[in-house]
Amino acid sequence: MSFKITEEFRAKADKLRARYPRPDAALIPLLHELQREAGYVPEEGMDELARLLGLPYSRVKAVVTFYTMFDREPVGKYHLQLCRNISCHMAGAPDLLAHLKRALGIDEGETTKDGLFTLSTVECLGACGSAPVMQVNDGYFEKLDTAKLDALLDDLRHGRVVPGGR
Amino acid sequence: MENILLKDNVTGLESYFAAGGYKALKKALAMKPADLIEEVKKSGLRGRGGAGFPTGLKWSFVPKDAEGPRYLVCNADEGEPGTFKDRELILRNPHALIEGMAIAARAIGAGTGYIYIRGEFVAEARALEKAAAEARAKGFIGGNMLGSGSDFELYLHRGAGAYICGEETALLESLEGFKGQPRLKPPFPAVKGLFGGPTVINNVETLASVPAIIDKGGAWYAAIGAGKSTGTKLFCVSGPVNKPGVYELPLGAAFRELLEKTCGGLKPGKKLKAVIPGGSSTPVLTAEEAWAVKLDYESLAAAGSMLGSGGVIVIDESQCMVKLLQVLARFYHHESCGQCTPCREGCGWIEKIMDRLESGKGSPKDIDTLYSVAEGMTGRTICPLADAMAMPVMSFVKKFRSEFEAHAAGKCCPPEAPVKH
Repeated sequence: MSFKITEEFRAKADKLRARYPRPDAALIPLLHELQREAGYVPEEGMDELARLLGLPYSRVKAVVTFYTMFDREPVGKYHLQLCRNISCHMAGAPDLLAHLKRALGIDEGETTKDGLFTLSTVECLGACGSAPVMQVNDGYFEKLDTAKLDALLDDLRHGRVVPGGR
Repeated sequence: MENILLKDNVTGLESYFAAGGYKALKKALAMKPADLIEEVKKSGLRGRGGAGFPTGLKWSFVPKDAEGPRYLVCNADEGEPGTFKDRELILRNPHALIEGMAIAARAIGAGTGYIYIRGEFVAEARALEKAAAEARAKGFIGGNMLGSGSDFELYLHRGAGAYICGEETALLESLEGFKGQPRLKPPFPAVKGLFGGPTVINNVETLASVPAIIDKGGAWYAAIGAGKSTGTKLFCVSGPVNKPGVYELPLGAAFRELLEKTCGGLKPGKKLKAVIPGGSSTPVLTAEEAWAVKLDYESLAAAGSMLGSGGVIVIDESQCMVKLLQVLARFYHHESCGQCTPCREGCGWIEKIMDRLESGKGSPKDIDTLYSVAEGMTGRTICPLADAMAMPVMSFVKKFRSEFEAHAAGKCCPPEAPVKH
């Protein structure tokens, strides 16, 4: 996919840059913005952003590859990110992961053929009191079990839930 | 006692104001910065992110004659496994954080503040944006705060998924648009921090505690708690308890009280095996040690652990300590920024050895190797991430050695069943 910086994006960039005494501090906020628009961070996007901020491409790439939230490949419409850290582990995250793999017919890091779901495991999401927890796009789903997971997948498939935070 | 931080019905500005909110800011704007720092010193408030450094002292390190802009940064990069208090505080009482930041900015002479919030906290970031807009509209923050002549511009900055950015100098690197790799100290951020200017970085809970201290006085706050552990603390309880969640208790409260009274005890049929008292980086306590311990900086240090972030991870008898350490090893290896060799290589080796032990292919020698690798990582790196891996390793091996030995002898817990598609 090609990515072109629009006038609208440029205006947002100007606004973000004004928040910092050094404009390159807007790099991470702008990468979030880019990913929101393009669905992931494509190579062309890194190139364009580097040019826009007057930075070497290597600096942008270094940042993109350091942080886990930036996807360098397209992901499904719903990115399922199951926490695998200690509290979620004790609350049954391994069983939920196995359940998701079976229900979707994919492994970690893969996307379903219909492009709906990508499955990932992530480290602590900071919601351990309601473990096990899964992040779907911008929303958290907490105190999960296999029945709730099935219901959630069904709701997502039919567009009954829009995961956008509480 | 009444909660200072976790209050009901104070989420919006109107209700926060009606409950006495922003009174402290008004008072602070009429006080000299040095007197504000003195008041916070008197309160005994210590950093609630994990390190427990005295807050007033940290503020006083900003050179009085420093030229150029100074910065205040709120660390809302909550990611220490077992910790989920800042999230709760932001959602329930966002204005306490904003008011605390405005007061802190006045104390250190900062005209600009940033809240660095972990990228995954989208709903929490929205809640803060809303609260900041409300405060700005009423003139509590922004140019010429409440007609005082002091300016305080506040911006929200979202992280992008990296545990290491909770370390304050890694956070500064990230905020400047770089990889989150910790900086060598000195210079300390108070002298040369964000964009090269004097900078104070405080945790969400620390800053949200400031308005009550200025409103009611440092002495009032210092009277709460136990000895040098003053005030209240948010404890995040996870694991098989009846009522997991975030609770505010005076420092010095007994672990037994937190577990049995506040959290309604362990779930039916569960028996306590161990407790990680302050987030996954702090040394584990046996059940016996935990039942006897009080939750404050000194008592937990005396018990060989740390208060840390207040993330109390409760572990019951059904859990395998080897498996749990494998989970933590994977985490720290994944999160090591790769800058220092002992951390980068050490975390990797520990994960490998844990995988070997957990899969039943380990040997008794592995247990000693595990311990010595951890020992070799301690205190030899730029930031404490290596120690944060080493502390659980050493304490798990020391206190639950028989479980490691059983694994080394091939008697391991059942492996996870392979998934058939």
